[in-house]
Amino acid sequence: MRSFSYRRASDPDMAVRALSAAAAANNPLTKATAQPLAGGTTLIDLMKLDVMRPAAVVDINPLAHAWSAIEPDGEALRLGALAKMSDVAAHAEIRRSYPVIADSLRLAASAQLRNMATLGGNVMQRTRCSYFRDVSYENCNKRNPGSGCAAMDGVNRMHAVLGTSDQCIATYPGDFAQALIALDAVVEITGKAGTRSMPFAQLHKAPGSTPEIETTLQPGELISAFSIQGRWPRSVYLKARDRQSYEFALSSAAVALDVQDGTIRDARVALGGVATVPWRAREAEALLKGEKFDEALAQRVAHAAFADARGRRHNSFKIGLGRRVVARALQQAVTMEI
Amino acid sequence: MSDKSSSRTSTFDRRAFMAGAAGSALVPMTARAVAQDANEPVAQDPSLPVEVTLRVNGKDKRLRIDARTTVLDALREHLKLTGSKKGCDHGQCGACTVLIDDRRVVSCLTLALAAEGQEITTIEGLATDDRLHPMQQAFIDNDAFQCGYCTPGQIMSAVACVKEGHAGNEADIREYMSGNICRCAAYPNIVAAVKQAAPEIMKG
Repeated sequence: MRSFSYRRASDPDMAVRALSAAAAANNPLTKATAQPLAGGTTLIDLMKLDVMRPAAVVDINPLAHAWSAIEPDGEALRLGALAKMSDVAAHAEIRRSYPVIADSLRLAASAQLRNMATLGGNVMQRTRCSYFRDVSYENCNKRNPGSGCAAMDGVNRMHAVLGTSDQCIATYPGDFAQALIALDAVVEITGKAGTRSMPFAQLHKAPGSTPEIETTLQPGELISAFSIQGRWPRSVYLKARDRQSYEFALSSAAVALDVQDGTIRDARVALGGVATVPWRAREAEALLKGEKFDEALAQRVAHAAFADARGRRHNSFKIGLGRRVVARALQQAVTMEI
Repeated sequence: MSDKSSSRTSTFDRRAFMAGAAGSALVPMTARAVAQDANEPVAQDPSLPVEVTLRVNGKDKRLRIDARTTVLDALREHLKLTGSKKGCDHGQCGACTVLIDDRRVVSCLTLALAAEGQEITTIEGLATDDRLHPMQQAFIDNDAFQCGYCTPGQIMSAVACVKEGHAGNEADIREYMSGNICRCAAYPNIVAAVKQAAPEIMKG
């Protein structure tokens, strides 16, 4: 690991100042010389691998007293960005009213990592693409813009089939973000000019021609909270993976439904493990609204969700697997007792 | 080789030998770092050591460390508490599991500086006087290891698993112990050990 200076943030202003001090010459965020430290489960790992090389680390954990509240109020939910994954996953009201959130967190990582990792850091975690993580490969457009992509013709079994570009096919690895995007979450961002809010769906950027730019956050900006309107008791997170536990998704689905008298009034479908960013399957959702559920509908929806998918040498199986995951998640959501 | 361990013990002691060898290898680096710092009292250069107090197993330990030092390296290399093991050093195997403020974490991804002011409990801090912790005894009773390298992490994780309320049945134990890899695959016996110790730990 390279040397860095360590500073502990005493308050949000100080954190934002420390993170933006060297920012001007340092776009994008992924290459910024100052990086925030929350749980550290991505940052310290990638610093040990020499993938991330910050000259300064700003420990934002002291902000937790203000930024880690878990606040369901019956009609809406607000989650502080420094809340720990394990605390949110275990929260009784989250499990009751937002099972898709509780399960997306409970099925991620290990008990130890969930005790460390925060919600804000979780959505900012970086891809597990093995070529991105291994600096002995020169050709990674995400690490070295313009150098090429070793995964295109490499071992790409874990890579994305949706949202890819000719520059990058790295999978967005997280789980919680699919729950957020499905539930139309809003993300609150604290920066030099105070706080601003935007739809969570606008946080992540597909790789396109600039895979090194992963989010719309700027250096000196921190996620401070997430909020969701309404309750979603009829929701599930289904995750298919190589191991039964402690593994990233090969394919996952976040599904939330509002069903009244057998008719689907509202439907949300988001996909994980298969796309370069948290993926909302709006075409699939449109097929569900106003319909009564049956297996044939589930199959049509599942196919619509992967209509634009493009497999490569080792990952085409994710398209068929992904369809089955969507169909089963819908089945579970429809039949669950709430 | 360590002169210290060979003069102190007449028979070969692996733990003393390893600790002594590691200690002597570290001496030049520590000496150089301290000398540098004496000339420059304000350590602006990130390569210079910084002072930190870690509370480990109930005792405050004052250390001069490089900012890059993880809790795991602080324990093993600076405090000579070598119970916590370095397996992958990337948060994937669980061998380095310790409790920080009673929650299990992987010490290899925790910066020592960030753990200042928190209570760190390691495998060395579990037993009381000469009495093993119930989880330690349960691992012995159930032969819950072969090579033993993952065992300190397994035991620390298992203690937390029980206290979290995730040891009620075998499926839960397997799910909530999945962050601790055992390459000898002693899993059935580890599950049995957790089941044995759980009631006694919950009783307090």
